[in-house]
Amino acid sequence: MHSSGNVIPFSFDLQTLVQRSVASLYSHLVTRPTGRALRLGIESQIGEIGSVCLSVLDFTQVVVLDYSCADEAVAKLIQRYQMADRPADAYFVARGLREQHRDPIDEVLNRHGLVLVAEVEGGFTLLGRADPLEHDAWHALQRVRLGRADDVAVELNVAAPGVVAALERLAARRVVLRRGTADSFCSLTTLLPARSA
Amino acid sequence: MNVITLPASLDERYFEPIVQSLDAAPGGRLLFDATHIRWADPYGMVGLLALGEVARRRSERAVLKLPDSADVVSYMGRMGFFEHAEPIFELHGSRPRPRSDGVSDVLLEITPINSHADVHTVVDLVNRRGLNILTSQLNYPMREAFQFSVILSEVCQNIIEHAESSGWVATQTYSWTKKIGRKVVVIAVMDLGIGFRASLAGAHAARYDHWDDGAALEAAFMHGQTRFHDPGRGQGIQQIRKYVARWGGRISIRSGTARIMDVPAWDEGVPLEKDLPYLPGAQIGIVLPALVDTNATQPAAATGKAGR
Repeated sequence: MHSSGNVIPFSFDLQTLVQRSVASLYSHLVTRPTGRALRLGIESQIGEIGSVCLSVLDFTQVVVLDYSCADEAVAKLIQRYQMADRPADAYFVARGLREQHRDPIDEVLNRHGLVLVAEVEGGFTLLGRADPLEHDAWHALQRVRLGRADDVAVELNVAAPGVVAALERLAARRVVLRRGTADSFCSLTTLLPARSA
Repeated sequence: MNVITLPASLDERYFEPIVQSLDAAPGGRLLFDATHIRWADPYGMVGLLALGEVARRRSERAVLKLPDSADVVSYMGRMGFFEHAEPIFELHGSRPRPRSDGVSDVLLEITPINSHADVHTVVDLVNRRGLNILTSQLNYPMREAFQFSVILSEVCQNIIEHAESSGWVATQTYSWTKKIGRKVVVIAVMDLGIGFRASLAGAHAARYDHWDDGAALEAAFMHGQTRFHDPGRGQGIQQIRKYVARWGGRISIRSGTARIMDVPAWDEGVPLEKDLPYLPGAQIGIVLPALVDTNATQPAAATGKAGR
């Protein structure tokens, strides 16, 4: 368990990473080798932090994102850090997504049964595979920001046990943060640094 | 020398008769007589390169007698046809000199696909040249226009990931006034590699009673199967089909002795054809019509000549 106070927000500008990883050749995120290089670069930087971190995948400068690259760069990255033997304790939020990025990321996450917190056209949402109660609980926690499962259940006007289970599943899938040992949860987006205009 | 006379329209509709002629041709050197061509699109031109290469592998470089029409020869030059035809054919006839001003009306000339770096080149070129065409001439919203690059990227990667060979891609816009009263963009991607049957055989053939080119195409096209045991793989063709269907387009894949396609309402194609003459690799054709501008009183680009 990790308290939110120990989480180090860490920002990756994907465009910068691609340029660094693939010799500044490509301005679009296409092909599997590009995605692999991107993922390895991100993993390397997470490894250097050596602490639990919140990794922001910044798509602001990305124009084209294809499915193959999204699978290698995003899905396989999320998948690796959801495993019990993950190399580091990292959480991920995708930022700066535009509508043309949503489908490739949503599709590859669905294929692997993954979820990811993402900012699409300025609003935060949950991409990938989640059941309706998980979706509702996640959105309710976004409004509550930080609170006990009971608070989220009240927000949703549903029975608490189901919401507790849903939030625990979301925490296990690393799209919400569990605070300490209490039945208390925090949305990942509350940990994000303020975005400059 | 055995002569294969090419039709007036060198496009996907008339590709199969040429393949049949090549298949039926006896051994020895071939002459492709293109003198009567009055119209050529990316599928026809890339297809001609593929057939010439098959002929070259079979015996020796075939002769290609160039079209009589100066316009057609000029257009084929702008599409980069001759540059790629040089090593495949012995070219007979006059060719235009390349334009020195670098100005081109071509969306994407014939481009070889040998590596993933070539895919980046294609996406860069199409984004630089094509977004304006797709949005202003074909009425695609900007976010949909970006998906056009995604289609090209995925379809080109199909060559590298599955063909074990190099290939070509080309794309251009045309007015299909008679057929659907709208502009279209035509994409052709072809290779002469191992084809879908061989690519998928190791992972899937044992589960089929009869594994042939048609079964392999159905496995890949309809069910998204691939040779990789990874759920993240095999989505390229599925996503392309999704976009093509959303935009009312047509996609066909020919491989070996079969062809499979998604047939839109405006077309009369056959969803699955088998027992065609054998052609190695995969030949993919995509036609995307202009979106109907609901604010316009006339169908988009309903008049005018071919957009070349």
